[in-house]
Amino acid sequence: MQQIVNFVLRNKTFLMFMLLFSISLALTILNHSYHQSKYFNSTNVITGGLYKWRNGITQYFNLRSQNDMLLEENERLRQIVFNLPPKDMPVSDSLSNRLGMFNIYSAKVYKNSYALPNNYITINKGSKNGLKQDFGVFTSKGILGIVDDVSNSYARVQSVLNTKSRINAQLKNSNHIGSLRWNGKSAELVQLVDVSKFAQIKIGDTIVTGGQSTIFPQGILIGAISNFKIDQGGDTYTIDLKLFNDMTNLGHVYVVENNDAEEIKSLDMN
Amino acid sequence: MSNNQAVKILSFFVLILIQGLVLNHINFLGYINPFLYILFILTYPATNNRVLFLLISFTLGFLVDIFSDSGGIHAAASVFLAYIRPPLLKFSFGMLYDYQSIKFSQIDLGNFFIYTTIGVILHHLIVFSLAFFNADMWFEILKTTLFSSIFSIVVILIIKILFSTNRK
Repeated sequence: MQQIVNFVLRNKTFLMFMLLFSISLALTILNHSYHQSKYFNSTNVITGGLYKWRNGITQYFNLRSQNDMLLEENERLRQIVFNLPPKDMPVSDSLSNRLGMFNIYSAKVYKNSYALPNNYITINKGSKNGLKQDFGVFTSKGILGIVDDVSNSYARVQSVLNTKSRINAQLKNSNHIGSLRWNGKSAELVQLVDVSKFAQIKIGDTIVTGGQSTIFPQGILIGAISNFKIDQGGDTYTIDLKLFNDMTNLGHVYVVENNDAEEIKSLDMN
Repeated sequence: MSNNQAVKILSFFVLILIQGLVLNHINFLGYINPFLYILFILTYPATNNRVLFLLISFTLGFLVDIFSDSGGIHAAASVFLAYIRPPLLKFSFGMLYDYQSIKFSQIDLGNFFIYTTIGVILHHLIVFSLAFFNADMWFEILKTTLFSSIFSIVVILIIKILFSTNRK
């Protein structure tokens, strides 16, 4: 017993180092797994509040480009609305707020990162606004990511620029699907893998979100094909996409809730 | 509490805030950010209480991790840097360190440059190895380590020169 105590005392620095280093590694590994990354992150009250304060200052720097983006989107939506036949005009039902399958929330980006291999975005809506894990996030130009943790008033979004990210996507002009990933290299390019080689693709084709995901509605823009090659196996394409979104300049975003997600998931399980 | 300790504690929090709110968002050339906060670990007084020093370094890294949503990578690298600091000091300053008389406010800038360079590169190598977490990405790891280290070293030296009270 005496010897054990002596050993601990003699090596206390090394033992403390090993302990703290192991804790750090455990935290890193937890952060790498999607559903367990909810303990220590920027959605807490203090860092959330600090990022809010920071956003209060920095939002003015890109106000003009954000306004242009919103105006552009309004123009596009007006175009669609005014050209709809009158009877198809969506009218909100006074009995239920539910307007179809999807709920949309607007939010602001408080913190954005794109320089790391695993990037997260912090937005200013949380569980008190109705946000939950697995809601999709997109902007007027294209998709952004998936909500992976919510606190009371903030939410953390796993960006498409995250090597853990997996999003169902498809070609716009055919129904060939693939999985959207990121290789961690460029903030402009993401990869679409496992696309069947029967798909007719060419550079410049548009990729949109697929209908097989319960997170995003079908047809939200993602990016345009900038390069593609056939995998070693020879059965599938790996495609490089140039994102429509400028991930380095984010302001206003939309969060989408799929009201039928639970139902679809429970069907899939049976 | 002495005046010196108060300055130390204040600089701890100021460095975290600057790191989290300003330096993490520079993204020079798209991906290069300096990590100034390790200045705290580098210039912590040479101490016999190394266990406390390890705990402080861990906390520092952990708080930076919370700001950057990065799990525990800065905590791991900070603890590592704190642990290897004595041999690093001995290597960079030689005699001075042996007598425990090293004062970071009065040291030769050349020695401090060597000390900072080695410390920063080791720290950044751990940060980016854990961040990429993939041996196939060794080229990206080395590239990011190199460029971020250069940026960090420059920023650390500038802050060091600006804030040292009695320069040589």
